[in-house]
Amino acid sequence: MEDVTIGLEVHVQLNKLKTKLFCSCPLNYHDSPPNTHVCPVCLGMPGAMPVLNKEAVKAAIKVAMALNAKIQQTVVFDRKNYFYPDLPKGFQISQYDRPLAFGGYVIVDVDGVEKRIDLKRIHIEEDPGKLYYKGSITVAKYSLIDYNRSGAPLLEIVTEPVMKSPKEARAFLNKLRILLEYLDVFDPELEGAMRVDANVSIAGGGRVEIKNISSFKGVEKALNYEIMRQRNLIKMGRKIERETRHFDEAQSITVSLRSKEEEQDYRYFPEPDLVPINVEELMKEVGKLPELPEEKKERLKAQYGISENYAKVLVLDPKMSDYFEIVAKSVNAKIAATWVVDVLRGELNYRGWNFLKCFEKFPPEEFSKLLNYFLEEKITEKGVVEVLRTKLDQGGKVEEIVEKKRLFAIPKSEILNFCKEVIEENPKAVQDYYSGKKQAINFLVGQVMKKTKGRADPEETAKILSDLLK
Amino acid sequence: MVSLEDVYHVAKLSKIEVNEDEARKFRDEFEKILEYFNLLDEAPESEPMYHVLELINVFREDSPKICLTQNEALMNTRHKEEGYFKGPKVME
Ligand SMILES: [Zn+2]
Repeated sequence: MEDVTIGLEVHVQLNKLKTKLFCSCPLNYHDSPPNTHVCPVCLGMPGAMPVLNKEAVKAAIKVAMALNAKIQQTVVFDRKNYFYPDLPKGFQISQYDRPLAFGGYVIVDVDGVEKRIDLKRIHIEEDPGKLYYKGSITVAKYSLIDYNRSGAPLLEIVTEPVMKSPKEARAFLNKLRILLEYLDVFDPELEGAMRVDANVSIAGGGRVEIKNISSFKGVEKALNYEIMRQRNLIKMGRKIERETRHFDEAQSITVSLRSKEEEQDYRYFPEPDLVPINVEELMKEVGKLPELPEEKKERLKAQYGISENYAKVLVLDPKMSDYFEIVAKSVNAKIAATWVVDVLRGELNYRGWNFLKCFEKFPPEEFSKLLNYFLEEKITEKGVVEVLRTKLDQGGKVEEIVEKKRLFAIPKSEILNFCKEVIEENPKAVQDYYSGKKQAINFLVGQVMKKTKGRADPEETAKILSDLLK
Repeated sequence: MVSLEDVYHVAKLSKIEVNEDEARKFRDEFEKILEYFNLLDEAPESEPMYHVLELINVFREDSPKICLTQNEALMNTRHKEEGYFKGPKVME
């Protein structure tokens, strides 16, 4: 896809803050009735004055630092003027020629190959409210407006047009999301946490902008569709016009929008109700960033002696690596990494859970206890998985589950006795084994498993049986 | 030079309807204003001013305050339904 060029504008809601960007309305509006988290400022009432949330600027500075961007000395807010019902003032407070930061980059991993994605700029702006239509937009006669979201703090992160495939775009968004989680400024689970506009063009054609893709997975779908659409037009000998399209999530297609305003139509001018920011003092308050994924990965490898691959997976979710580190306190680190990454992670994925949830459902201290039962050969590998699933689905204490399910492994001496019994009771299978049908041993193992109700380790049992039959 | 089209465009962006007579009047006035701004070309170059006050860094702490109730938020409008404001339908 060398002829494809993709650029992204990512809107990130700084949704871990307690209040909106310019007023003290609480930001926890997500499950609330409409228009209950509003005040004269975010309703755009005449005379109401915005006052900037200091923590929002600090959070934005953290993000800019983590993205290696050049934070500007003097930062200014501007009014972006346009009429839309979700914008009660008739303008959006945003940033124009003095944004928070220019430049920056992110290193992403695309199928094992590292690629640098350069950024154009990062700015702070307020979120508009939200429009609803009863039934659907085509049948509704008017819109319904909820201003709970109005004035929520947003960051707009604009990349250079440097991505060559939808896959790269997804890798960039993934990395961005992980960084934001490490900085603790962003909860990706909340509705509307990340929205994306994507520019895509094929060499020689006009640039097409896809507006407001509201889900993370939607981005790759929208881009794939759009590239296919453009390629088909080119095949038919048509020219790709520059235009703006909307992504229809339900149908996974893009639809043309009537032309939107040109940049000069927004008539940007400095917001007279807000004074400029000098970031120096705030940078001091922000101080050093928390440990970011790259650093953490290197530390995990050095401190625990785990492989690059395990470390790489562990740092994908800060909560997963935290979990691992607690388990590794009382369990051999390499074994802990294998179980956390290869088994526990899969079981959580299967249930649509993340590690944050795992802390609540299966605290790492208890998982360590379970792994130690295994390492002390008190239960089998199969037993560990069974306890793990039971614990996740039904709760309860590890030792009680093991007890109740009679998972404590049987001592070797007892297995030996069962093996002797089985050999005596199954002369036919023994005969087969001696006459060269080596798989007959599986039948004998099965008989031992039956007698022990699955508590004997099958490998161990097979070994004992073949020793006895020598 | 300001054209009548420019006036109609600006009027549309501002959601104001103008008839042709008004548009001509605005065109002449816009031209005078822009001419006046040409004076700035003679002014010595300097840093752009972003704010008339010399203040910087006016902030608020991130602590929530009580906001309006839904009834209070909607009390000044007739255009409401089920807790929402009613607005125009916008087809892009
Ligand atoms: Zn408010």
